Amino acid sequence: MDPSARNRLAILAVRTVNWGSRVTRRGSGTVAGGRIGLQLSPKLLSALARGRTTIVVSGTNGKTTTTAMVAAGWGGDVTTNATGANMPAGHVAALVESSYANAALEVDEAWLPEVVREVGPAVVVLLNLSRDQLDRANEVRQMAERWRRCLSTESGFRGTVVANANDPLVVYAAMGATNVRWCDIPTRWMADAKSCPRCTLAVHYQVSTWSCTCGFAKPTTLSTTLHDGLTVDGVDVPLELSIPGAFNEANAALAITALDEVGVSPLDAVQRINAVRAVAGRFTLRQWNGHTLHLLLAKNPSGFDALLSTVEDDDADVWVAINARIADGRDPSWLYDVPFEKLRGHRVWCLGDRRLDLATRLDYGGVAFEVVNDVDRIPASPEPVALLANYTAFSEWLARSTPC
Amino acid sequence: MAREVNTVLTIATLLPDLLGTYGDGGNGLVLAQRARQRGVHALLVPVELGQEIPEASIYLLGGGEDGPQRLACDLLSKSSFKQRVDNGATVVAVCAGLQILGHSFSVEGNDRYQGLGLVDVETTRGTSRSVGELCARVGDRTLVGFENHGGHTTLGPGISPFGQVLRGRGNDGAVDGYRTGRIWATYAHGPVLALNPWLADLVLESVLGYELEPMQSVADQLYAERCAALSPR
Repeated sequence: MDPSARNRLAILAVRTVNWGSRVTRRGSGTVAGGRIGLQLSPKLLSALARGRTTIVVSGTNGKTTTTAMVAAGWGGDVTTNATGANMPAGHVAALVESSYANAALEVDEAWLPEVVREVGPAVVVLLNLSRDQLDRANEVRQMAERWRRCLSTESGFRGTVVANANDPLVVYAAMGATNVRWCDIPTRWMADAKSCPRCTLAVHYQVSTWSCTCGFAKPTTLSTTLHDGLTVDGVDVPLELSIPGAFNEANAALAITALDEVGVSPLDAVQRINAVRAVAGRFTLRQWNGHTLHLLLAKNPSGFDALLSTVEDDDADVWVAINARIADGRDPSWLYDVPFEKLRGHRVWCLGDRRLDLATRLDYGGVAFEVVNDVDRIPASPEPVALLANYTAFSEWLARSTPC
Repeated sequence: MAREVNTVLTIATLLPDLLGTYGDGGNGLVLAQRARQRGVHALLVPVELGQEIPEASIYLLGGGEDGPQRLACDLLSKSSFKQRVDNGATVVAVCAGLQILGHSFSVEGNDRYQGLGLVDVETTRGTSRSVGELCARVGDRTLVGFENHGGHTTLGPGISPFGQVLRGRGNDGAVDGYRTGRIWATYAHGPVLALNPWLADLVLESVLGYELEPMQSVADQLYAERCAALSPR
């Protein structure tokens, strides 16, 4: 079979399987079809991406939100994998579903090299890199090394990297690329880059910069800065997000820079991004069983650290739900890397498959807790309650609750 | 039971910026809190890159990636650590920490690196990485934890393993870790002392020199749950 006929057959198969999956309600229809399409035609992703302008987004935290910001900020019709299916089967499904010329794709960290090779994106956005699901990814420094290889001039990548200049692991990964736009955005979590990604000696952090004795240091040519306000290539951009969190301002700064690179004016992009109110159920109030829940997703230590800093400094109850299924990483050891001590003064209701691991962590951290074996027995609270959940626990609570 | 009220128990976590990949810092927290709850004045000191190693009763070594593991070993070999261990300090080492204490270990590629030589063991690269639950029999107790490493550790004659592997790989599929004098080592990484409260108390008792009063906490429920989930029926 000639390649184009093979691709047409594969696309038909993707459509059929995804449609079948949706009408029989066996799935959301985004992964199964993509998988079969890739089996029928291994170069399908590459064929589907040809002729489009694609921005891909990867990193440990903020992928889904930043991708949603890129899609919204672009204006007009954009193909995107908004369901969070961020591996090639999900990309194939998204690109089969809609044929718009512009595509914003969220990419799992481990799959970035393959997706960059197949898709040939105009822009690769690198948000951050920190410990997450180590049972699957093993080592975060190896990930930086693999990113670096796939983005280097020698790899043939010709697009632009939009990179967080305050994350040494991201800088290490982006440094070998031909075109990089460095973004100076607030970055809280440094625990995974205390040792230099290049030489392993100590990275020295000062107020607004960092460096190692080997010469590896924060880039000085900055395209974007986010301090008191956002500036992209010398232009002040009025960033006023509708969704909370300093980390989301940083995500927006990267999205706007990526869009600038494909010709979207930052002043136009920011207006559309400011209007984004919810992303895949996140940042919204939900109702469940008489409770009003502020559902928040945090999957790893840096994500939890960022979210804990947004929890109000009052004595309100906080719910935390922890699972350790395959999509979460099966090892919950990371709970000891999360500064849960910030929750002292609150009472934490421990939910999820690994609620005893969480309760033990909180107990040693001097935080008051209740282990919830029966969710129906939690007393109703008049105020909205913050519910912090990791990946599969978040999905469960999203499915169980309804929008306010 | 008579006790020195003014004794300070210093617990030092060594190079958490290099060796602390899997929540290993939890072990120091658990030892300090369990000591405090028995009225012992415990001090928890993280010793970061560039800092001098203070005198301590217990030193903790965590797990780390290949490059940082090599650097940690170099820095510790040039520090007062070996002397302090020779002088009677207790060491609890997990994962990469377990490997560093031996004669040699292999990391990326198959290059061999000289370890600290405090224990007669050596680690080569295993044929595959071992990622998953680890369960071992230690005397009449059960150790539960999680391992994620590519090492194959061989114990020298006269070095006793810490436990017999019931599930997972440990050193070689048969035994896990080692126990020699004042050194405790296991491949169960991260907060192994949080998962195994009996082990935390055993370490504390060996340092304090007296039996601790039993204490009940949610950690006991966690231990029972993990044992039920992991033990072969």
